[in-house]
Formats: sequence, C-alpha cells, structure tokens
Amino acid sequence: MIMNWRVVRALILKYAYVCSRNTFRTMDVFFWPVMDLLVWGFLTVYMMRVNHGVPSLVTFLIAAIILWNVFYRAQQVVAVSFLDDLWSRNLINIFVAPIRTREYVGAAFIMGLVQSTIVVVLLGLLAVAFYKFNLLQLGLCFAALFGNLLLMGWAMGMLATGFILRWGPPAEALAWAVPILVQPISAVFYPVSVLPAWLQPVALCTPSAHVFEGMRQMLETGRIDPSHIWCAFLLNIVLMIACGAVFNWFLAGARRRGFLAKYAT
Amino acid sequence: MVNNVIEVRGLRKEFGNTVAVHDLNFDVRQGEILGLLGANGAGKTTTLYMLLGLTSQTRGSINIFGSTIEKNRIGILRRMNFASAYQFLPYNLKVIENLHVFAEIYEVKDSKKKMQHLLELFEVAHLGDKITGSLSSGEQTRLNLCKALLNDPQLLLLDEPTASLDPDQADKVRKVLLDLHRQQGMTIVNTSHNMLDVEELCDRILFMQHGRIVADGHTDEIKQKYKSESLEEVFITIARSSPILEKVS
Repeated sequence: MIMNWRVVRALILKYAYVCSRNTFRTMDVFFWPVMDLLVWGFLTVYMMRVNHGVPSLVTFLIAAIILWNVFYRAQQVVAVSFLDDLWSRNLINIFVAPIRTREYVGAAFIMGLVQSTIVVVLLGLLAVAFYKFNLLQLGLCFAALFGNLLLMGWAMGMLATGFILRWGPPAEALAWAVPILVQPISAVFYPVSVLPAWLQPVALCTPSAHVFEGMRQMLETGRIDPSHIWCAFLLNIVLMIACGAVFNWFLAGARRRGFLAKYAT
Repeated sequence: MVNNVIEVRGLRKEFGNTVAVHDLNFDVRQGEILGLLGANGAGKTTTLYMLLGLTSQTRGSINIFGSTIEKNRIGILRRMNFASAYQFLPYNLKVIENLHVFAEIYEVKDSKKKMQHLLELFEVAHLGDKITGSLSSGEQTRLNLCKALLNDPQLLLLDEPTASLDPDQADKVRKVLLDLHRQQGMTIVNTSHNMLDVEELCDRILFMQHGRIVADGHTDEIKQKYKSESLEEVFITIARSSPILEKVS
C-alpha cells in the first residue's frame, strides 16, 4: 500500500483541529498575507504617483506578493505541522503509530495546498478590490505557476523539517528562515537581470526564479515562454528528490541518535 | 511450544562514546507482563524506545510478532501501542478529538463506541468535551492509556504508567490493565519506579543496571536471590552496587 488515506485524513483532521482551536494560527492565513498585500501594494501605488513609473510595476508587485505567499504557506505548513507535534510533546505518539513517513509528509502537503489556495483566493479578491488587479489575467498559466511554487514550498518545508530533526528545537527558527533565505535569489519583486552577474546562474537554479520571470513576462506581453514553466518543473522534481532524501537521512539519523525521544520529552 | 511476542538478541545501543544498552538478550512470552526495572539511566527507556522503533539499535536484533521493525514497521505498530506519563496528546484539542484522530490512525472499527467504553473504563468520560491541556496530569495519564488501548493492542508498552496518579487512581488503573490482560491475553512491557505497580502487575521482572540485565525472574525469585524482604530493597541494593561502566573504544 502506497498511502493509507484514512491515516492521511486523520493527520489532516488533527491539523485542522489545532488550527481551529488557535485564533492566532488563523492569522497565518488571514492576517500576515493580507498585511503584506496591503502594505506593499499601497507603497507601490504611492511610488507610482511620485515617480510616474511604469504602470505594470503595480501588477508585477501585487501578483508577486500573491504568488510568493503560495510558496511561503506551503513551506510553512509542512514545517509547522511537525513543530506542532514537537511543541505539544506528541511526537512519540505519532512516531510509534502505524504512520508511514510518506503519509505524514503527504498529509502536510495536502494541508499546504489547502492553505495556499485559501490565501490565493483571499488575496486575489483583495487585489481586485484595492488595486483593480485581476489575478485571472494570468490565465491558465497561473495554475502552472501556482503548482510549481507549491512543489517548491513542499520541498523546502521538508528541508526545514529535516534541519529541525537534526538540530532539534534550537533550529525551529529555520522553519521561518528557509523561505527568506531563498527569497533574494528567487527574483520575486525584481527580474533576475538585476542580480549581480555571478548570482544570476544561482538564481536560475531555483524553480521560483523561473516562476516569477514567467509571471512578469505574462503580465507584460500576455504570453509566457513555456521554458519558464518546464525549467521550474524539472528543477522542482530535482529539489523534491533532494529534499526528500535529506529529510529521510535526517530522520534516520534522529532515530539513530535517539533525538526523536529526546525532543519529545 | 512457547510463543514469544518479543525476541531480543545482542541488543546494543551506543550514544557516541557511551554504551546505553549492553548486548541484551531476552524474550517476552505471549500474554506475559514484563516489568523493566532499574535506576535512572539504567537503559530501560532506551530499550523501550528501541522496541517501539523510535530509536534504532547500534547492533543486535529485535523480533516482534516474528518480524523486525525494519522489515514490517507498520504491520508491527498496528498490533501494539504505547503510553507514558511523560507524553501528552495535543493540548489544544478536545479529549474526544484526540481520541478520534488516533482511532482513525489505528483504523479502529466502531470507534465512537470504543472511545466511550475506554473513557468510562478510566473514569474520564465526563471530560470528553474538555480541552486536553486543561486536564490535570492524572487525567492526562488516563487519557494516554485510553489512546494506548484504542486498537486492542496485542502488545502494550508502558513507561511509568501510574507516575502521576494518586494511589487510588493508580490502583484502579492497575486493576483495569490486569482485567484487560486477562480478557484479551495482552502482552505488556512496563517500566516503572513504583514497586507496588510492579509487584501487582508483573509476572516477571528484568532488572537493569548500566545497560545490562542483572536479574531476570519472578518477583519472589528475585527477592530470594537478593535476600530481600521487598522489591524496593532489591532495587536499592542493585542501584547502589558498584557500576560496571563500559565506554566504546
């Protein structure tokens, strides 16, 4: 059996219960992304007025904020769902239960998809209301951009969780730091060409840089070079395999070193 | 023919230069209640965690239900369960929600009925709608036991199950466990510092000291061996005897 969906559903249910009981957790979906959109959006509108800049700059920024939140939420949910078990000292109960690693991670992926979708819908509606920007103008390619950022978020979430497994609670901050670490080279708010020449090849090794380059191209010209989508997808496959291997390696190491028991008590 | 639920051979665990568990060999028969005793740091919890697959061994083998955790992790874990006084269920979930999540994970049939039955058995049925974090430590311990019995485990591993219970509740829990053991033939491995727990519950005792088994037998046999009146005396004698420490070269 590849996945026991009853187990996956139970883990999703646990996460849903945790979120529904904690008002502050709903801020992850409804507060921070909305504040991001409002602050950066209004700042751009102001800069446009002062500098008479390129009109498409607003749309670039708004779309970038929305799409960045897809990656950020997917990554966060994977890492934080593990931290939830760590914080509540429930880690042993989970790791001695008949749960396959892929079921545990798969449930976190599904929760990441759900949260990212909610954030996109919410921010999409606010963007129409406040900036007259319709996310749907990205057309069908939006689904490909969304999917790629989701994959990258999942992969980086596994990586952050792997680090926490290896270095324990002191490494919790990495759950929030990992996405920030890749943001400068992801070319979210500026094109790759803005980066120093030596950093550009590094940036093009991240799926997100291709996604945001493609997004800007689509908003500017109304079409997208399919190579952006494919490059992002192939890089994501490599990233998923690499991060999955790192996660499994650190998990085996945590069992060997007795860390799972140590962190849980 | 004796049917062993657990077969441990040459089990060793090293953490860096320290040997936590030193080449253990023991079996646990089906339907047996085994007490794993020893002072703090004797290696009993590490042994328990290796049986659960939570910590991997440096060397040696653990066979549970005729298979190893490496080969058949899910199959084995489905048939066993674990409760500890030091582990908690997610504190912001209601009692009933926590049990529901684990009932789904263990694929419990007719889970509502089962949950209700266990909550009543451990006298916490009135707490079903309470947030787990608001329970007293004794109530949380009993909730952990409810979780551990959801899947009618054939093998139950307990880490100081009555540590946070008052004598009255501890006595009730021991009686419930003994009843379940008699009715279902459940095999139990129990680590405890509570000698009354051990004397009342366990058919056999393994005394551990510095990662080694230093005594193995029935309570009376062990008392005789150490010429002691009580298990507590045996415990103190063993705990204060000279340590045989081994470092990994």
